[in-house]
Amino acid sequence: MRTLNVSVLTDAVKTLCMEANYDLGDDVIQSLRTWKEKEESPTGREVLDKILENAAIAGKERVPLCQDTGFAVVFVEVGQDVHFTGGDFQEAIHEGVRQGYQEGYLRKSIVSDPIERKNTGDNTPAVIHTDIVPGEKVRVILAPKGGGSENMSEVKMMAPAAGIEGVKSFVVDRVRRSGANPCPPVIVGVGIGGTFEKCAQIAKRALLRPVGSRHSDPYYAALEEELLDMINRLGIGPQGFGGRCTALDVHIEVHPCHIASFPVSVNMQCHVSRHREVIL
Amino acid sequence: MPKPKSITVPLSDEAIEDLRIGDAVLISGVVYTGRDSAHKRLLDALDRGEQLPVDLTGQIIYYAGPAPAKPGHPIGSIGPTTSYRMDPYAPRLIARGLKGMIGKGNRSSEVIEALQQYKAVYFGAIGGAAALMAKSVKNAEVVAFEDLGPEAIRRLEVKDFPAVVVNDCHGGDLYKEGMETYRRD
Ligand code: SF4
Repeated sequence: MRTLNVSVLTDAVKTLCMEANYDLGDDVIQSLRTWKEKEESPTGREVLDKILENAAIAGKERVPLCQDTGFAVVFVEVGQDVHFTGGDFQEAIHEGVRQGYQEGYLRKSIVSDPIERKNTGDNTPAVIHTDIVPGEKVRVILAPKGGGSENMSEVKMMAPAAGIEGVKSFVVDRVRRSGANPCPPVIVGVGIGGTFEKCAQIAKRALLRPVGSRHSDPYYAALEEELLDMINRLGIGPQGFGGRCTALDVHIEVHPCHIASFPVSVNMQCHVSRHREVIL
Repeated sequence: MPKPKSITVPLSDEAIEDLRIGDAVLISGVVYTGRDSAHKRLLDALDRGEQLPVDLTGQIIYYAGPAPAKPGHPIGSIGPTTSYRMDPYAPRLIARGLKGMIGKGNRSSEVIEALQQYKAVYFGAIGGAAALMAKSVKNAEVVAFEDLGPEAIRRLEVKDFPAVVVNDCHGGDLYKEGMETYRRD
């Protein structure tokens, strides 16, 4: 058994909030660079160039890449042999978000009640997904999620008969209908299977995979590539101004499902794809 | 991309007529920020027959809520928010002399018609390039609705703020035409 004071968790979350919002991942930068060479639209190339310049400025000046510094979504994998001391586990995470958003000059974008819509003032609460895993380590992944791309996401309870063709048309159509709203180029997280909520959750997890990586199952790896190609034929292009580069990648996660069900979800992610992790 | 056109606010009808979809522009002068809540309050004020807290004649509204400014910076990162949420409010402001809007994403047919009827323009800024765009902001001050925090109306003095004409006053729509040009079946 390992004892861990929750203040360690608070400090880790605080640092991750800032790093995730200032530093664009190398995988995204690499992909944007490659696309800058390939993009057919001159305006599209110019947009990609500005996005890369933006990443350089944000990283250097330690300012957020995007003004929408997101909802703090935290995935925590807790080793079952860890014993937390010194306070409430969840509150320690919220406190990390509170400190990170305050000290990091990040925008506070959370309202406490969806109808009343009063800002909580410190970007809390976080959305926390906790998994208990073997071992005595704690893995914390922080993925701030902007509203523009989140709003273009969807879960659809399809009929099993819709099959693979149903998945393809739903995903591609979701991207087409989103147009410029999610700030393309986007990364498309797709969940297939599970229950209603599981399906949405695996689509979000799919966004944590590095751009350019493929599903371990060759069938889904091929489907990812096919969907990416279909999406990049839509013509939406960078910022919707027209062009080839609409999506940097498509990531699929699958889960067993009920004999009567066939849930499919799309979680849209803008090019400001933020996720940072640490192992404690 | 052809050389960007430099434009200065306030915008005249002639300047607006000169803009075509796909034009890259560099905007200088004053730009006001405003999002959902600020728009609602502006229209509520009009409904009550009150003066608006800012004169929008010839002006541009930037749909944006900045990140907090770091010490020594006039403003924090500031990129566009999605424009459709302002669609219900925009035509009335355009009818009262608003000449430009900066945001991202499709506008409603009512907004697009108002652009033609009253000669105004909708610009797209690069969503997510907010640190870069903050560099074009030389000065910022809250001029109305301070209690709204990031959603307050700010008066920004901008120099060479980069944007692209998405909907012009001639009925053009870059989102439609750009997609048509690059679509491959
Ligand atoms: S969708 Fe992403 S890039 Fe666009 S405004 Fe939101 S967080 Fe920023």
